[in-house]
Amino acid sequence: MSKCASKGPSPRPKLEATHPGGGEMRGGKDYVTNVLVVGVGGQGVILASDILSEVAMRSGLDVKKSEVHGMAQRGGIVTSHVRFGKKVNSPLIPKGGAHLLLSFELAEAVRWIGFLAPGGKAIVNVQKVVPPIVSTGVASYPEDAEHILRNMVQGPILVNGLEIAEELGNPRLVNTILLGVTSRLLALPEKIWRKVVEERVPRAFKELNLRAFDRGRSLL
Amino acid sequence: MKEILSGNEAVARGAYESGVKVASAYPGTPSTEILQNLAKYEGVYAEWAPNEKVAFEVGIGASMAGVRALVAMKHVGLNVAADPFMTFAYTGVNAGFLLACADDPGMHSSQNEQDNRFFARFAMVPLFEPSDSQEAKDMVRIALEVSEEYDTPSMLRLTTRVSHAKGIVRLGKPVDVASRAFARDRKKFVMIPAYARIRHPLVLERVNKLKALSERTPLNRIEWGKTSVGIITSGVSYLYAKEVLPEASFLKLGMTFPLPERKIRRFASRVKRVIVIEELEPFLEEQIRAMGISVEGKEYFPRIDEFSPDIVEDGLIKAKVIRKPRVSKSHLQVPQTASLPRPPVMCAGCPHRSLFYALNQLKGLVLSDIGCYTLSVLPPLEAIDSCICMGASISMAHGVAKAIEKAKLDEKRPVFAAIGDSTFLHSGVTSLMDVAYNKGNVKVVILDNRTTGMTGGQDHPGTGRTLQGEETNQVDIQKLAESLGITRVRVVDPYDLNGTIQTLKEEVAFQGPSVIITNRPCMMLLKFDPSLVHRVDPELCEGCGTCLRLGCPAIVPGEKIPPKKEGGKVRYKAEIDPTLCRGCTVCEQVCKQGAISKAQA
Repeated sequence: MSKCASKGPSPRPKLEATHPGGGEMRGGKDYVTNVLVVGVGGQGVILASDILSEVAMRSGLDVKKSEVHGMAQRGGIVTSHVRFGKKVNSPLIPKGGAHLLLSFELAEAVRWIGFLAPGGKAIVNVQKVVPPIVSTGVASYPEDAEHILRNMVQGPILVNGLEIAEELGNPRLVNTILLGVTSRLLALPEKIWRKVVEERVPRAFKELNLRAFDRGRSLL
Repeated sequence: MKEILSGNEAVARGAYESGVKVASAYPGTPSTEILQNLAKYEGVYAEWAPNEKVAFEVGIGASMAGVRALVAMKHVGLNVAADPFMTFAYTGVNAGFLLACADDPGMHSSQNEQDNRFFARFAMVPLFEPSDSQEAKDMVRIALEVSEEYDTPSMLRLTTRVSHAKGIVRLGKPVDVASRAFARDRKKFVMIPAYARIRHPLVLERVNKLKALSERTPLNRIEWGKTSVGIITSGVSYLYAKEVLPEASFLKLGMTFPLPERKIRRFASRVKRVIVIEELEPFLEEQIRAMGISVEGKEYFPRIDEFSPDIVEDGLIKAKVIRKPRVSKSHLQVPQTASLPRPPVMCAGCPHRSLFYALNQLKGLVLSDIGCYTLSVLPPLEAIDSCICMGASISMAHGVAKAIEKAKLDEKRPVFAAIGDSTFLHSGVTSLMDVAYNKGNVKVVILDNRTTGMTGGQDHPGTGRTLQGEETNQVDIQKLAESLGITRVRVVDPYDLNGTIQTLKEEVAFQGPSVIITNRPCMMLLKFDPSLVHRVDPELCEGCGTCLRLGCPAIVPGEKIPPKKEGGKVRYKAEIDPTLCRGCTVCEQVCKQGAISKAQA
């Protein structure tokens, strides 16, 4: 891990969220890390959280993850709770217990920010997905979303995933770029990350995805 | 070997490892993935049945024939399959039979949140409640063994947070279960009253034997901790409680019908207070109280919605077991103005959108059904008046029309039923038969999108493909309606807005039943074709908002048009997102300025 980190432009920032007291989350190395992955149906939230869970399992940790299917596919809100550590009970993260919020969409980051633990980190793709309810004038998109994030979280990591993905030649790489950023904040071996990313993306796009992953890593 | 599996994947794996040979289901969130995954295992026959009752009966047949069977459904699916279930509980099995049934507390994707544990008690069959994926897999095997040993169907009750949560599961090798001979035992399987009277006492006797099992099974285990509070819990609630109050004593129930009375007594006698933590109904709590044991529970924990660690924590605070939340929940308060509603919507290019847009022009009463099209109740379409259960649209519309006719109600609006193809084949056929048979005056719209859309696109008897994707016979819905006695069956292209409205008008003018079938497939089945993408000409668009009111996710407000006079309304020119537009042309048809056309000339 340290070897890989030295490639980055800056020392690896550690995820120093306070671990909420009580239960399995108490104490030392045995604590459970909580990552809340959010976005909108069709953005690839589920695949990203699947990859994260797999990396955690192959790193020798217990993992639980929970999400809701069905109606979510129709442009609705998607959340995936990922928890890993020595022993995980609940598949859901308690409010105020997420050490990391990974959001694929700007307004969704604001919606779920309350799940962050004190001192928790947020990685936010600044892309906006505007629902039809805004088009018909029933609701409005929170224009100050970025401002709210900056006010509420210390140093939110804002990523223009789409711009970078297009630079790399494929808008569908947003996912992998964000996972690259995420990998810098979690104490899971880079080697395993790369292996799982390689396995989970279509074969023809393997190289491109690894490039996107590295690009994500280089952002922190 | 370890793998991360969802609860549903684990059930499928468990069935495969336990030698299940026949499985049948009708898709329904959150149960759908059980069969989808079971179909991948070699040596297992898995099928989509037209409905849950059929699926259940296929399973009974397989069990009678001598091989282990699994049937899967969502909670409300068991209402449909209740008929075979209740009597199969009398006959018992030949080879093992497992009903895997997934409740949906919180109604993520359901019309109610009934607690199906009562069904097991109602039918008097053993009930198993896993907490996570590993338990789900293990309990499939145990439940099948219990089924054979106690001559009973077994029930595995999942919930959304078990079915769709993932966890690490140790994989095992499939066991070789010897097939049995077909069970020709008429007094056991032919439930004429005389023979059913023989079976009923056996059912009661069986419950007593299962009670003894419930006392000794390690699935019902005591985890001693502090004795100031003893928690009795099951399913996913166990995990939440364990997280919030790990130091307490626990009676973790994996087999929840029949209950282990002696074990519960022993547990209760050793702790100061007993608190039951269970989602939905006080199923355990009331039975334990009926044993004369003093318990607390629903006075602290809600009877509605799904649980979470936070809800369990709140309940324990109310119960004064813990004093304050483990984590401050107040450090991050999101301003109300920042919350953006994001209701699920019909996809761009969805053929349902234009059909309901057309129906709205006829200003009828629309009795609807269960599927993606139920989303038409939401703005901007607000097109339907009811949704109760699968197949209800047609029969309810028939009831409405008959009531109007018989009571001479002052109601001139035409009566429509709106139902999808999969739902129609599930349980709309008999309703349509009723309309034809009883000379109803209902206009039945069958939205034939060639798939089971809401659950993610499963095949059904009308698609011409099996669960495995093999080609097969395809129900001809048009001919089926005709053979039921509907003389007027029309097929419309829902993308042709005027044509659809015209056809609907003609059928409304006709006195008697009609069927109107829409013939555009679900967008999820089709490849994205960039040559069909449309665009708005900003020179021509006046920002009237008509296209925006279709509620298509591809049409978004773009450039601001300043109000014509001071204080007037700000308008926005429409824009089409080229990555979402599927080229259905409906917006082009409603645009009065002719501003919308294909992007590529």
